[in-house]
Amino acid sequence: MTIPVSWYLVLAAVLFGIGAFGVLTRRSALIMFMCIELMLNAVNLTFVTFARTLSDIGGQTTVFFIMVVAAAEVTVGLGIVVAVFRRRASTSVDELSELQG
Amino acid sequence: MLAATYAIPDVLVFAGATLLILVGAVGVIALKNPVHSALSLIMCLLGVAVAFLSQYADFLAAVEVIVYAGAIVVLFLFVIMFLGVDKSKHPHVEPLVGQRWLAAAGVVVTTAGLITLMASSHWVGGVVAASTGGATLATGAGNVTQLGDSVFTTYLLAFEATAGLLIIAVVGAVVLARRERPVEDDTADDLETEEVDS
Repeated sequence: MTIPVSWYLVLAAVLFGIGAFGVLTRRSALIMFMCIELMLNAVNLTFVTFARTLSDIGGQTTVFFIMVVAAAEVTVGLGIVVAVFRRRASTSVDELSELQG
Repeated sequence: MLAATYAIPDVLVFAGATLLILVGAVGVIALKNPVHSALSLIMCLLGVAVAFLSQYADFLAAVEVIVYAGAIVVLFLFVIMFLGVDKSKHPHVEPLVGQRWLAAAGVVVTTAGLITLMASSHWVGGVVAASTGGATLATGAGNVTQLGDSVFTTYLLAFEATAGLLIIAVVGAVVLARRERPVEDDTADDLETEEVDS
């Protein structure tokens, strides 16, 4: 008998929690991006798990698109980090406290 | 006890993937050096790739290693090296009082809520799976065929939209990362000539 679905779902939930905790507590914009990747991967794992249990390839297709969007997000996000670093010489998000509307 | 219910290789693969994922994820948020965090991220992504492989997502496991652990983490490392390793100087300073505890409490509540939701919902137990009656997912080359068929038929519009998204992202990154033109030199020259004139 294969591994039950719920094990993978719990693993994905814990991974999502770790990523969310990192986004909320770490100061460096780069580490926050990595934690967002962790959360995206938790969601990917959930999609693949449901694709398996429902025998539906649509879940895997969604993961494919999530990966594309994640790549685009990282490209633009790191571009912003580099642009901010050029002005501030720091990647800490606390330095950007006056960036408000 | 577990071995009696489930096949030992499956349990071992799951345990290995879990270990890689959790140790890597904790490493990402716990390590001070951003380079070490990026390497931990690679470890976590390899664990996710193992979990994909064990769930009939062969193509996605390959893409996970090539695109995520390859391209994206290398991009992270490139930016870290480009900016210089920037260790967080005051890791214990909390600008917002109690932020860490509030974050921990919120995360625990969210994760526990997710797990409770799974435990109490019918679609985890395989009820829906029995009712769909669809063909089982193929592995290996069959998985690539199924995924390709799906992407180029059902999700063709989304696939084309992705092309636009990638173009926009590339152009946006180039615009963001470009150095601004040195306009200050012209104004400085103007000021100097004015001073000389007066």
